[in-house]
Amino acid sequence: MIKKESNSMILDAEAHPLDSYLRPGRIPHIWCSGCSLGSITTVVIEAIIESEIDPKNIAIVSGIGCTGRAAGYLNFDSFHTTHGRALPFAIGLGITDPNRKVIVISGDGDIASIGGNHLIHAARRNADITVFCVNNFQYGMTGGQVGPTSYIGQYQTTSPYGNIEEPFNLPALAASCGATYVSRWTALDVRRMKESFVEALLHKGFSFVEILGACPTTYGRRNQLRDGLTILENFKNRTILQHGIDPMKAQIQKDGPIIVGKFVEIQKPTLTDNLLRLHKMAKNVKPEL
Amino acid sequence: MPSIKLLKGNHAAAYACKSARVGMVAAYPITPQSPVVEKISEFVEAGELPGTEFVKVESEQSAIAAVIAASATGSRVFTASSANGLAYMHELLPWAAGTRLPVVLCIASRALAAPWSVWTDHADVFATRDCGWITMFAENNQEIYDTVLTAYRVAEDPNVYLPAFCAYDGYILSHTLMPVQVEDIEKVDQFLPPLKHHINLTDFEHVKGVGPVTLPDPPDRGEYGYAPGYFEFRFSMQRSLEHSLSVIKQAHKEFSEIFGRSYGNGVYKTYKMEDAEVAIFAVMSVAAESRLAVDFLREKGIKVGLVSLKVFRPFPSEDLREIFKDISNVVVFDREIGYGWEGVLSYELKAALYKSSTQPDIKGYIVGLGGRDITYQQIAKGVQTALTMESVNENPIQTDFIGLQLDKLQFLKREGGY
Repeated sequence: MIKKESNSMILDAEAHPLDSYLRPGRIPHIWCSGCSLGSITTVVIEAIIESEIDPKNIAIVSGIGCTGRAAGYLNFDSFHTTHGRALPFAIGLGITDPNRKVIVISGDGDIASIGGNHLIHAARRNADITVFCVNNFQYGMTGGQVGPTSYIGQYQTTSPYGNIEEPFNLPALAASCGATYVSRWTALDVRRMKESFVEALLHKGFSFVEILGACPTTYGRRNQLRDGLTILENFKNRTILQHGIDPMKAQIQKDGPIIVGKFVEIQKPTLTDNLLRLHKMAKNVKPEL
Repeated sequence: MPSIKLLKGNHAAAYACKSARVGMVAAYPITPQSPVVEKISEFVEAGELPGTEFVKVESEQSAIAAVIAASATGSRVFTASSANGLAYMHELLPWAAGTRLPVVLCIASRALAAPWSVWTDHADVFATRDCGWITMFAENNQEIYDTVLTAYRVAEDPNVYLPAFCAYDGYILSHTLMPVQVEDIEKVDQFLPPLKHHINLTDFEHVKGVGPVTLPDPPDRGEYGYAPGYFEFRFSMQRSLEHSLSVIKQAHKEFSEIFGRSYGNGVYKTYKMEDAEVAIFAVMSVAAESRLAVDFLREKGIKVGLVSLKVFRPFPSEDLREIFKDISNVVVFDREIGYGWEGVLSYELKAALYKSSTQPDIKGYIVGLGGRDITYQQIAKGVQTALTMESVNENPIQTDFIGLQLDKLQFLKREGGY
């Protein structure tokens, strides 16, 4: 709560200005010290405020994992769904209630791995969903197993001698499947991230934002990035801003450049548009008497 | 020399895979199962398991599909999961059984969502009941190691050829250290000979089709005669599962001869049942805690014993009729519910004892769902309460719960139920 006292603003220590957006009784959260999910969640709230979308019309859907916990902390209608199934839940919500702004906040392990099938189809349909996908390069909550975004040579509990598999390039995947808004940021880019979140929230159709998160506990410690700040510094040194670049060129490699920016922003009929068009067509068909 | 190691339950399972010279492992992370496969991947990458492939898949469904296929190439395979991960494998569980492939799967048991809970609860295990798998339980980490070896031995028996589960409690065993004797691999080889598969897709001389479409009636294949219909396939599965009970007992007998450890008759374990008049019937963590309850009640002069079920499928009804024949009361503690009816162990036992010459009164309780602690005092109180009831079978659909804390939740109390 911000109090006004003799022309100066004093922050009341009892409360944070964004407290009303957090579900009472759910804080403290489970996120580790140095984790970027706290700041990303703050940016999500600030972007929602700036987008001026009525909070009553917002539904947050998440799958399983550290990022998936966001749905439980944010004080909006929320679904904490099963592992990988955030997008089908989001589609169900959005179709039966087209006025709702459905936001999926989940991790790479959830969206790109066990839920990968749903990602490609939600993007193909241009479903009216905004996805904030926090990529921490591995399965954090279960203890740091290698995942579909782990880069070659990354050390994890199931790759103690270094990962051997090619990772997904998530913006390229989303774009090639038909997503109509695609961007990527690191957890350090909070201002650009917020602008991009607002754009994604107000975008009609499937908007996909990848946020490279800092996970010191199960990723950083094993990869010579011992704390959250070191990971952010590493991001800072490697980041190149390139709006409009072909996302295929934005693959992340060990110690290679990290290309961030807005890669795709186009308009296409959405799943809701197409369904409403079908309804209209059906209504125009006169039954034969 | 066998070595005694201080192992978590999950790592005991991993060491059993190492001892069994498992050829292929595929798994997906889920709490509390993940350390099983982390350990196996460590073995593989450190070169300690030269003949083993470890595949990192993108979901539990992919894990079970991959191990089924690898099993069909004649490889000894392993996977593990918990709760919703196991539920996600469900599509392929009857497939593994139907193709008669000896897949072994460890379940670090955990409550099924929703709501989410990562703690122990046996609902995930019992939800697999009718998939055609052999289901075995372990009460401690040594038993996990031993049960995994036994599971391979039984599953790969040419008179069985069925997949098998080894279930143990998430966290209570999966993450708790206990001394485990890891056996010499030569000795394990003696107990567990190499897999003789009935489907071998690496035999390129003979073409095979796995998972064909069957018809309601056996189709006439001309010079090849009649092919079995779906009904005959499933009949054969059921007969093999029934037969596997004697195979399990025999395997267990040989296991105890080779390694010097035994678990009852391999099908159930007893504790102080020799002179018992009242029996507790439970599995896994609840059975382990019940041992303390037996001692506690015996100090109070109640002649109680424990029957801890080790094999749930095939269900050993004849053994249970025998062990309970002189028992007046059986008190069953289920860490799961067969929703809309009662605890699964409770109703399975009632069915097994139906029309048995002597029938004990059977009283079931639901305990410890979603990881709520269940103490031996609570179990003892449950037994004492059951003994004071005039007729426990009066209202069978009324499930009784021990350890509920509804008094803390005043808002829940509404008229007409919860």
